[in-house]
Amino acid sequence: MTDHGHHELPFWRKYIFSVDHKVIGIQYAVTALVFLFFGFSLMMLMRWQLAYPGQPLPVFGKLLGETAMPGGVMAPEFYNQLGAMHGTIMVFLGVVPLAVGGFGNFVVPLQIGAPDMAFPRLNMVSYWVFLPGCILMLCSFLMPGGAAQSGWTSYPPLSDIAPSGQTVWCLAMVLIITSSLLGSINFIVTIVQLRAKGLSFWRLPFFVHAQLVTAFLLLLAFPPLEAATVMQIMDRVAGTSFFLPSGLVVSGEQLKVAGGGSPLLWQHLFWFLAHPEVYVLILPGMGIVAEVIANNTRKPLWGYRLLVYSVIFIGFMSFVVWAHHMFMTGMGTTMSTFFQTTTMIISIPSVVILTCFIMSLYGGNIRFTTPMLFATAFLPMFAIGGLTGLPLGLTAADIYLHDTFYVIGHFHYVVAPGTLFALFAGVYYWYPKATGRQLSDKLGKVHFWLSFVAINLVFMPMFFQGMAGLSRRLYDPTVYAHGRGVQALNVLISWGAWGLAIAQLPFIINFVMSLRAGARVAENPWHSTTLEWAAPSPPGHGNFLTEPVVYREPYEYSVPGKTKDYSPQFQAEG
Amino acid sequence: MSETVIPYMVKPHPVTGLPNGKLGIWLFLASEVMLFGALFSSYVLIRIGAPHWPPEGGLSSEILNVPLGTFNTAVLITSSITMVLAWASCKMGSLPRFKMWMSATVFLALVFLVVKYFEYSDKFHHDHFPSHDNFFAVYFLLTGLHGLHIVGGIVVNTFLLTAGSKMWQTDPEHFTNRVENAGLYWHFVDLVWIFLFPSLYLL
Amino acid sequence: MDEKIYGWWLPPDVSVHGAKIDQLMSVLHWFMALLFIGWGVFFVYCLIRFRARPGHVAMYTPVKGIATKYIEGFVVVVEILLLFGLSTPVWLAYKNNVPDAAKALHIRLVAEQFAWNFQYPGKDGKFGKSDPSLISGDNPLGVDPEDPSGKDDLVTVNQLHIPVNRPVIVAVSSKDVIHSFNIPVLRVKQDTIPGQQIPIWFEATQAGHFELACAQLCGLGHYRMRADVLIDTPEEFAKWAAENAPPPQEEPAAAAPEKK
Repeated sequence: MTDHGHHELPFWRKYIFSVDHKVIGIQYAVTALVFLFFGFSLMMLMRWQLAYPGQPLPVFGKLLGETAMPGGVMAPEFYNQLGAMHGTIMVFLGVVPLAVGGFGNFVVPLQIGAPDMAFPRLNMVSYWVFLPGCILMLCSFLMPGGAAQSGWTSYPPLSDIAPSGQTVWCLAMVLIITSSLLGSINFIVTIVQLRAKGLSFWRLPFFVHAQLVTAFLLLLAFPPLEAATVMQIMDRVAGTSFFLPSGLVVSGEQLKVAGGGSPLLWQHLFWFLAHPEVYVLILPGMGIVAEVIANNTRKPLWGYRLLVYSVIFIGFMSFVVWAHHMFMTGMGTTMSTFFQTTTMIISIPSVVILTCFIMSLYGGNIRFTTPMLFATAFLPMFAIGGLTGLPLGLTAADIYLHDTFYVIGHFHYVVAPGTLFALFAGVYYWYPKATGRQLSDKLGKVHFWLSFVAINLVFMPMFFQGMAGLSRRLYDPTVYAHGRGVQALNVLISWGAWGLAIAQLPFIINFVMSLRAGARVAENPWHSTTLEWAAPSPPGHGNFLTEPVVYREPYEYSVPGKTKDYSPQFQAEG
Repeated sequence: MSETVIPYMVKPHPVTGLPNGKLGIWLFLASEVMLFGALFSSYVLIRIGAPHWPPEGGLSSEILNVPLGTFNTAVLITSSITMVLAWASCKMGSLPRFKMWMSATVFLALVFLVVKYFEYSDKFHHDHFPSHDNFFAVYFLLTGLHGLHIVGGIVVNTFLLTAGSKMWQTDPEHFTNRVENAGLYWHFVDLVWIFLFPSLYLL
Repeated sequence: MDEKIYGWWLPPDVSVHGAKIDQLMSVLHWFMALLFIGWGVFFVYCLIRFRARPGHVAMYTPVKGIATKYIEGFVVVVEILLLFGLSTPVWLAYKNNVPDAAKALHIRLVAEQFAWNFQYPGKDGKFGKSDPSLISGDNPLGVDPEDPSGKDDLVTVNQLHIPVNRPVIVAVSSKDVIHSFNIPVLRVKQDTIPGQQIPIWFEATQAGHFELACAQLCGLGHYRMRADVLIDTPEEFAKWAAENAPPPQEEPAAAAPEKK
């Protein structure tokens, strides 16, 4: 599908308000990477306070102002702001925009042989609603009283009575959620309607299946949070009491509201989204890992159909587990037993997916390229994250572990050395397609090994802190004897985090320099089988030089009797 | 204008039988079901948690204006009918007829909003703001968000009436699809009101 | 308070119901370790055995998954056992075995930003009525001074005294935001939700001085929302209660009762 000989678009329509999915994908990816580093920086500040409570922060302490860091020492309210914003930014401005907005937008149309997304202008609108949401979120730091500081979870009544930065958080979330809803419609219609000839459902790369399920999760799970956010805005600005019970006394004064509301209502609405949201965080990553593993083992994925059924099952189940985040709220035994059971059930397809990935290694001809290093490391890291979810999902063990550092260790293992590693694998894998140049494999390997060691130093000790009973979100854990007992680990974790930051330097340097200095590549440098590798690197308007047709399954590697060890989907000869 | 030609924008997909826009609008409506579902669920939770409802005593039908609500229900149902007639006019190839029925739809939607304006200002006049108690909080939240959806529908329908109708000259089938999709959205907004009216005003 | 009991794993358990929780934790972590090491060994084996090298070719035909079916089956069976054999019974016992109200010590907790207010019912065993409008600096619970049942009530701030070997029922609530009543060594945790009064019960098996830590972000002082938990012998407890009880009310109020 070539252009029809059009005039060149002006700069602002080609690169700013572009309707081309590839440009939009890169816009999302770059924005998300910037926010990932920013959100990470917030945590690096927090790690100083955790390792050296009450000590002035060298250099940066004075730069952040007397309100946030009086005398260079972090104020507790600033610590809470950093915490709430770290979570919010990493989840909503970092991981999902990169995984779905970035990789989804760029790769999915190419992998299904489409010229673009089904609604290119809607796609452009999605990004340009997202970006103001991000900027608004950042602006909340400038509000009197600071940014949101009630956790990324924003539980009322605390969030209802918090300073004005919380209202800005709510407004930014409305924009970001709207952007996400528009995007998810685009993904589903594109995948259903725009597949190339011969590309049936069972011939789709697993990455596309994962993105399809993810899009449904975003479509159906986000609206309740949007409703809840509007209700919180009304509580804060219009004086309603959706989440405020009667008789509240704050700082000695009776709160002058009508009352009659329920703090638990927020929790139900929030977690109804936020549980599917964590699957939104992991599924695209699993999709990337599948692609990279198949490509670098030079053999078909083991259990492809099982993988597809599992990911669809996870999608359904993710809607009925949300209250496992609320076991300690005084829930009755019927409800808690129900949610405990569904939570155990949802762990099974995850186990199946992990097993299929590991089994895919068996009998392979494994190339340890940089993407493969990240994709391979994903497996044990995701295993640790997933396994540590078991004690949390069982109510009796959750009594002790709820809201401790064990939870932080659990979800970070899934999302940091889990999803983030998968996303790095994706960057190294698809960078050549997007730019026409290779990233340096040497720098990539340095990036990988430094990150792998550092990230485990950061998150593994947290399980021990949790088992010792250390609560989350503590500005100064040394107030408690059980906190003092694990304070040495805080020092280790903080140095690990700062080391992890340094470990990203080879990546940033590689990413930027390879744009000019990287080795040029043709269409299919990885000798892959999926459709995106039929397009030029980078693809032009309309993506493919001739209309792609699909002749076979997605991972026909090492087919016996062939000269090449890969038979691309788009090549006619058998 | 998009440079790349996207397949199945107008002609339906051979397997799904849908053009892209129709699938898209149905997905959007699915998310709207989740939105209003969450709002209704919240209403239910708040109401059953309250010692009595309305919290200030009496009956919902004494606080809210049932005749006006009934009138508005009739207005919206009629507007759904005129919306279908607008689409049918497109299918039968008549732009003038389309404009007549679509204008009627927009007009009826504006009537709905005017009635709501009177209802709201009457409440405010008696100091019944959302903060007064959860009955009013729920009432304003649900009808307010619904009202915003009506406004959205008015914007889209007005666009189709005016600038958007230029597409009739170049691609009448595509235009008809757009009218159909706008109609699906409009019927949904009407349907939400049909649930809102009894649950807020009557029960 | 003995700092040495706090290390990098579970602190000692001084509760009646905690042993089962600790057992579940232990079984769980052994199971998790088994799975991780099992998968891990196979994983590393594959990476080494099937690495690319000259002359090596990948297997196109999938290997039969008989072992994997058994492993998945094993995982499912163990999860069912953990769920219905361990966790659910422990949880149900924890929630349903309410101690005999007559034998238990009843305490009322109202958490606030950033302190723990405990109310003991005194000799009459009844709590005096409270009203939010009466809350003030020296009346953090808003106890109604007119209510006779409340005259012998004892209120402490950030100090929880309980007798060993006697069931305790705490009705937890909050004045302002959600906090969480959390005592690691007693293996108890319960969110304190404003507008609700939620009962939680436990029985201590060992005397000592321990800690209560808020386990739900509640504002800028969340980190310092600590209370001392003093598990007393019955004699110590009786002595403490007697020493701190408000004096019997005579018409002209005597010196204000001392509250520790």
